[in-house]
Amino acid sequence: MDNKDCLDRSAQSSPKKRKKSVESIEIDGDLCKGCDICIEFCPVDVFQASNKLNRRGYYLPIVADMEKCPGCQLCELLCPELAIVITYAQKSDNTETK
Amino acid sequence: MSQLQHRLIDYVRKDSLPHRFCVGCGCGTVLNVFLNAIDSLDLDPTQMVCVSGIGCSSWIPSPYFKSDTLHTTHGRPIAFATGVKIMRPDMKVVAIAGDGDIAGIGGNHLIHAARRNIDLTVFMVNNMIYGMTGGQAAPTTPEGVKTASTPYRNIEPPFKVADLVVAAGASYVSRWTTYHVFQLQKAMQDAMTRKGFSFIEIVSQCPENYGRRVGLRNGTSFLKKFKEQSVNISKAQTMSDDELQDKIVVGKLCDQSRPEFVTELHRLTKEQVEKLAMESES
Amino acid sequence: MTDNTNRIRYLDRLAGKTYFLLGDEACAYGALYSGCDFFAGYPITPASEVAELMARELPKAGGICVQMEDELASIAAIIGASWTDARTMTATSGPGFSLMQENLGYAIMTETPCVIVDVQRSGPSTGQATKPAQGDVMQARWGTHGDHNIIALSPNSAQECFDLIRDCFDLADTYRTPVIMLMDGEIGHIRESVVMPEPLEARFSARKAAQVGEDIFGGSELVPGMIHYGQGSNVHVTGSTHLANGMRDVSTPEVHDVLVRRIYRKIDDNREKIVRVESDIGKDGTARVGVISFGATARPAYGAVKEARNEGVDVDFMRLITIWPFARKQVAEFGKNLDVILVPEMNLGQISREIERFVGCKVVPVSKIGGVSHSVEEITRAIVEIA
Repeated sequence: MDNKDCLDRSAQSSPKKRKKSVESIEIDGDLCKGCDICIEFCPVDVFQASNKLNRRGYYLPIVADMEKCPGCQLCELLCPELAIVITYAQKSDNTETK
Repeated sequence: MSQLQHRLIDYVRKDSLPHRFCVGCGCGTVLNVFLNAIDSLDLDPTQMVCVSGIGCSSWIPSPYFKSDTLHTTHGRPIAFATGVKIMRPDMKVVAIAGDGDIAGIGGNHLIHAARRNIDLTVFMVNNMIYGMTGGQAAPTTPEGVKTASTPYRNIEPPFKVADLVVAAGASYVSRWTTYHVFQLQKAMQDAMTRKGFSFIEIVSQCPENYGRRVGLRNGTSFLKKFKEQSVNISKAQTMSDDELQDKIVVGKLCDQSRPEFVTELHRLTKEQVEKLAMESES
Repeated sequence: MTDNTNRIRYLDRLAGKTYFLLGDEACAYGALYSGCDFFAGYPITPASEVAELMARELPKAGGICVQMEDELASIAAIIGASWTDARTMTATSGPGFSLMQENLGYAIMTETPCVIVDVQRSGPSTGQATKPAQGDVMQARWGTHGDHNIIALSPNSAQECFDLIRDCFDLADTYRTPVIMLMDGEIGHIRESVVMPEPLEARFSARKAAQVGEDIFGGSELVPGMIHYGQGSNVHVTGSTHLANGMRDVSTPEVHDVLVRRIYRKIDDNREKIVRVESDIGKDGTARVGVISFGATARPAYGAVKEARNEGVDVDFMRLITIWPFARKQVAEFGKNLDVILVPEMNLGQISREIERFVGCKVVPVSKIGGVSHSVEEITRAIVEIA
C-alpha cells in the first residue's frame, strides 16, 4: 500500500464514500501559529494564505473554498495547534473514523 | 478570546493551550492524533496514567493531556510506568517521550520492558535530535549531519529503534511519521488496545533544532520529505539495503501475542496467597 | 493499599515468635510487617538478601516483588508504584545508591513516600565489595543535587533492622518523603534473634488523604495530603518546580522559593518528632570525655565506654539512631560540659565533622576503614589516652 495512494484516495473520495459532509471550517486565531501545513497539504486547496495577522504575529490561513471540502479530516488531524475546528453535518450515515 | 471549541478540547487541561511547541513542530500533531485515538476508542482518561520523560515530546501529555500524569526524569518513563502498571493493572498506562529519552539514555529500560512484554503503550516521538537542549546529535541522528555536538559531521550510524524493539520481544510495534496521521491514529488505537508491550516510533519534525541544520526550515517541508522518504514495510521487504538508504520504513513491524509480564506477576502472587490460605485452613 | 486479609494471615504465622535472622532478613520482615506492597530491587552485595527474602515472602503476603534491570529502574518503579497508594521499598548498597540519586531527588521534589535501604559497604567505587563501612553518611544527606532534606535511620542490631524499617515506612508516609535505612554491611550480615510482634501492632499506612480536587503540592499545611492515581483527580506529578496544584512553573522565582523551602521545612520543623538518640550519661556533669557513635560501630563504642569507666574514666555516651536530620540539639546538649568527644566511625570522619558544628569542645574522629570494624580495645585505648 503506497502512502501516496492512501492519502490521495481519501482526499479525492466523494462525500458519499467518506460519509462526512462539513458544515463549517474555522481556524482558531488564538491558537494558529501560521505553519501553513493545512494550506500545503489540503488535497483540494480549501485553505489559502492571507495577510491576516493574529494577536501573536502569525499569518492566519483563510478558508477560501469550503464547498470543495470532502470531509477527509486530514487538515484537522495534521494541525499541530488543534486550531482547525470543523463542524460535521449531523447525518445518519455519518460513520466517521469511530 | 476565541469562542471556538474544538470537539476534543475536553481532553486537554484547562487553559493549557496554546501549547509551547514551536511553529510546525510534530509534537502538536502527535497530541492531536493521540486525542483523536482516545476519543475514537471511547477511552476514559480517568482510567489512564500518562508517563513522560524529559524533552519536548514529553510535554505532549504533560501538561496538555488531562489525566493522571507522571512527568519523570530523563530516560526513565518506562521504569516509572512499570511500577504504576504493576500496582494498577486495571489502568491504561501510556508513556510518551522522545528518541533521546527512550532509546538514548533510556535504552536499557526500553529493551527490558519489551523483553518482559510489560502491558505498556510507548509512543516514541523520534525527531532525530536532542531538540530541547538546542540540537545535539541523538542516537537516531542520520550519519553526516552537523549538529550542535557534531559540528563537523555525525560519524555514528543511527539506531533503527522500532526494529530493536521487535527483536527484544514486544507484542506490537509499528512506525509512522507525523505525515501519516490516519495510519498513526489507527496504530495508536491498536497499540492502546493490545495487551503486552506496544511501541510506536513516530518520526516527527523538529524544524527549529534539527530541520534548520539540514535545510528543512519548517513543518511543511519536513512533512513533504517524510512523504517522499516513506516506504511501506510490504514494499520495503522487496527492496535492497541500498534502495532503502535514507528511507523511512513505515507500517506494522510486528503484532504477536505473548505472555504478559504484569499478568504473570499477579498470577505468581495469587498462587502463593492461595497456597498459604490452604495451609492455614488445614 | 495493603489487602489486610492476606497480610494478616501471613503475619499471623510469624507473630509472637523469635527468629534467628540476618539483619537484611530482619529488615525485609519488618517491611512485610509494615504492609510493604511492592519491592523492586537489583542484586548487590551486601543487600541482596533483602531482595531475596522479599522475592520469597512478599507474594505470600499478597504483595509484588520484582527484580528490575538496574538500580535506577528499581527506585523509579517504587516511586511510580507509590502513587497508586502502595507502600514501596528498594534495597541496595553504595554503588547502587549512587545510581539512585537522581530519582531520589525526584521522590523528594514530588514528595513521594518510599523507603530506600542502603546497606553500606567499603568504597569509594567497587572498593571492598563484601566488607562493611559507614561511608555513605554524607551521600545520604547530600547525594542528590539541589537543596533538600532527608530522613535516614541507622540500626545497630538485627532487631533494630526490623523495628526501624517500620519507622521508616511511617516517617515516609507522615512527611511525604523518601526515607533511607542507612544500615552498615556489618549489621546487614549479622545474625541475631529478632522478636516479631502481633500483627495487630502492624500499621499499613500513615498517609493523609486529600480530597479529590484539592492541591497536593502546597497549601496551608506543611505536609499536604495525597491523592493517588485512579481517583479521577488528574494528578499532575512532575520533578520540575511546580505550583500547589502540581502544574509546572519554572519562571516565577517565588514559586520555587515557596516549594523548596516548604519541602525543606517538612523535616526541619519536625526534628523534635523525628530525631531519636540513645544515651548513657555518667554522673551528671562530671564527665569531660564523651563518645558518640552510630550503627554497628556503636556496639564496640559502648563496650569501650563501659571498659573506660571500669578504668576510672568518666565517659558519657550517645548513639545516634536518626542520622538525618542531624541530632544537633541533643549533640549540643551532650557536648555542653565536655572537653572532648570521640567519634568512632567506619569512615574518615563524616559524622564527626557534623558534630563539630554544634559543640564547642574538641571533636576527635576515631576512624577505621578497610572493612574491619573497631574492637572494644581500640576504642577503649583511644578514650583512656585522651582522657
